[in-house]
Amino acid sequence: MSSTTVTNWPAENEPVVERSSFGTWLMTYVFARDHKIIGLQFLFSTLLWFFVGGMLAMAIRWQLAWPWQNMPIVGPMLFSGEGGQISPEFYTTLVTQHATVMIFFVIIPILAAAFGNYLIPLMIGAEDMAFPTLNMCSYWMMWPAFLLIGTSFFVPPYGAGAGWTSYPPLAALTESSPGSGMAQTLWLGGVMFVGIASMMGSVNYLTTIIQMRAPGMTMMRLPMTIWGMFVTAILQAFALPVLTAAAIMQMTDRLFGTGFYLPEMATANNSAAVSGGGQPLLWQHLFWFYSHPAVYIMILPAMGMVSDILATFSRKPLFGYRPMVLSICVIAGLGFVVWGHHMYTSGMSPVLGITFAAATVMIAVPSAVKVFNWLGTLWGGRLQLTTPMLYAIGFVSMFIIGGLSGILMASTPVDVVIHDTYYIVAHFHYVLVGAATMGIFAGIYYWYPKMFGRMMNEFWGKVHFALTFIFINGTFFPMHLLGAGNMPRRYADPYHFELFADMLPLNRFITICAFATMAAQLIFVLNFFGSLAFGRRVGRNPWNANTLEWSAPSPPGHGNFDFQPIVYRGPYEYGDPTCERDFQPQTEPSLDGKDRGLAHA
Amino acid sequence: MGKFWSLLFLCVPVLGTAMYLAGMYTSSGPLAMWFPENINPMAEEIDLLHDIILALSGVVFVATGLAIFLFMWCYECGCNKQLAKFVHGNHRVELWWTIIPTIVLVALAVYQFKVYADVRINRPMMAGADGVKGTADDVPEPASFEVMGRQFEWRIRYAGEDRLLDTPDDILGDVNELHCPTGTVMVGSLKSADVLHSFFIPALRLKNDMIPGTRQIVWFQADKIGSYEIVCAELCGWGHYKMKGRFVAEPPDQFQAYLQRLREKQFLREYVPAPPQPATDQVALDNQPTN
Repeated sequence: MSSTTVTNWPAENEPVVERSSFGTWLMTYVFARDHKIIGLQFLFSTLLWFFVGGMLAMAIRWQLAWPWQNMPIVGPMLFSGEGGQISPEFYTTLVTQHATVMIFFVIIPILAAAFGNYLIPLMIGAEDMAFPTLNMCSYWMMWPAFLLIGTSFFVPPYGAGAGWTSYPPLAALTESSPGSGMAQTLWLGGVMFVGIASMMGSVNYLTTIIQMRAPGMTMMRLPMTIWGMFVTAILQAFALPVLTAAAIMQMTDRLFGTGFYLPEMATANNSAAVSGGGQPLLWQHLFWFYSHPAVYIMILPAMGMVSDILATFSRKPLFGYRPMVLSICVIAGLGFVVWGHHMYTSGMSPVLGITFAAATVMIAVPSAVKVFNWLGTLWGGRLQLTTPMLYAIGFVSMFIIGGLSGILMASTPVDVVIHDTYYIVAHFHYVLVGAATMGIFAGIYYWYPKMFGRMMNEFWGKVHFALTFIFINGTFFPMHLLGAGNMPRRYADPYHFELFADMLPLNRFITICAFATMAAQLIFVLNFFGSLAFGRRVGRNPWNANTLEWSAPSPPGHGNFDFQPIVYRGPYEYGDPTCERDFQPQTEPSLDGKDRGLAHA
Repeated sequence: MGKFWSLLFLCVPVLGTAMYLAGMYTSSGPLAMWFPENINPMAEEIDLLHDIILALSGVVFVATGLAIFLFMWCYECGCNKQLAKFVHGNHRVELWWTIIPTIVLVALAVYQFKVYADVRINRPMMAGADGVKGTADDVPEPASFEVMGRQFEWRIRYAGEDRLLDTPDDILGDVNELHCPTGTVMVGSLKSADVLHSFFIPALRLKNDMIPGTRQIVWFQADKIGSYEIVCAELCGWGHYKMKGRFVAEPPDQFQAYLQRLREKQFLREYVPAPPQPATDQVALDNQPTN
């Protein structure tokens, strides 16, 4: 493959240790320290939770389209007590758990942990992560979280139901809601473990990216995917400790009678008043100090992946690499000072709200710069509309919608009207389901050949894309109208209000589109698992891409590269008219010796 | 196939714009929904600001959507026989598409500060010791009513003749029913008895959380006689969805008559045993919300 193969880099540099076969299997596939296995562990776990979170969304949509009707098939099994219909208590549990699962168990770990683990060492030319054992711990720390939050769903009488935001006093006073008992304690424990797992991951990514880049791989030659992961890791490392500490504080409020978040004499449902002395708003500040950066944690890696995919299949360099890197950094930097925009109507000082509004509106600038550069990348290319490319363009299309509706939400006076209505539901679902999920699918279709050595079926991939794209838009675009009509979120039944009584037909339409979106994922599941066995086998570089991972075998063995990768240029040298081929892998020196790369190594 | 995919992406700006226009301009049908009628003159600029931002973002939405469509249509490798443009970016273009959005967004930010100051920061004042309004010793107008959120209802109190809350002549209002005179600036105080609630009257463009342990001051003016709905906009437990209240804007003399009725109910009422009610009704109310 590469003419620059450097010797003394054995493919199997692992010393052969005699072990029982079970022990070997256990250490290779379960308590794995290889970043690729850990990445795949994260990928499979998160995809499984993706299904769970999706089914929870279906239940929510069922209730909004056919309120208080018996749920077909699953209803009688789940809630025989209510005769198969969703009770209002269970509805609050549904919205809570849907968000918790999707945010903490799907989008954050699939982007930062599954793709991050798999791709970071491969794309920077390292043989593994800096701390393989810490990496293993970070995966296994997710399991207590899976178990705790999974259990909190089933604790009688009802699962945790204070929203994924877990605002006290609803979340802190046991008597305030049926789900605020044991279930809420378990939920908080789960969030703590997620926090610890992500922190372990993020320090590992930071160290790896800073310390273990291959010779010649300067920071300004990193692919955008790695820039996205790098900045995400910084966000996680600095924001997550706050949430983890805040969750512990809420735990002690619940268990040991401390008073961080409960005001003096707080009571609910005739419970005994607590001594309190705290402030419910404190939780909101601490929570959003993490959870706003979390929004960027959920989108920056996808932005990076999409940038790589767009350049690869446009067969031309990424437009404006430096502005792209800078805008990611600016988004992350501003992302730390905008958390208050979740709290315009919370009772926080309105004057403070104005400062947050100014910072929030400014985030639209780097976001717009990114969109324009993606469009600039498409302009004048020779677009190969493969499945990953379609998903990447779908990402751009949906991110535009989610970004633009964000400007309306950022404006304080307008937010007063549309805050906590379906407008915000439409907005963040366009960013998370629209953009982030499109990015996730783009990434899976794009790197699948590297992960498994086989292609996914292109035809069914495109069918999957078309259906998903149509039905996601059909689900979330009309929600803007519901929001303009002020329909509040987290309502089990809004139709008894005169204001919302005529919204039922549109909600039915949305629900049907949501069901269709879910059904279309069956194609993905079949394609994913079918291709494991029947997919076309491919070589190292099926997409003719430049970045380092495509110089390694597919799938890469332990230690990743069978040669010492040396980086000679940036990752986006596609379509150079002076070259024979329209791509120039980063590891191949050009024949005329004009590379300036090694000087910077 | 390139044409097919580009047309699919063209559907996004076309259908998206059509849906918004249907929402704004149709008066019936499943898409006919838009901001509810606004009866609060102090909040008129909110709707104007919303329309300005919506128009601007609508232009960007259509323009970028069309760009995606055009680029896919023109540059799909099946149709584009030319070499890909080997460009790494353009400094001047980058500058323009950074500076122009910045200017537009800063302008929006400054404008919204002004709007927000009117509706939320500059609290209505009344004449101070000198008895003249508009002088330096003006004092904030005290709240003339109080709404207390409670799982799952709104408890109302009005200030009595001393125009102050928390005094012995306070008038207990009807649960879930807030009355106010039209054409008058009303200042209200919000608090919560248990968990967070959010006091939301769409017709007044008024939304503010109620936080146990603190008071929130809000103000508005209702200019149209009628009965409107109060909505809870912060998850407050299992009954969040049924925390419905009524906001009645009525002429000042009727409002005074209403307060008088409340006073009489509070102090002069004789004990009247409630008529027996069929037990099933209560159960039905709790468990079977209307569809």
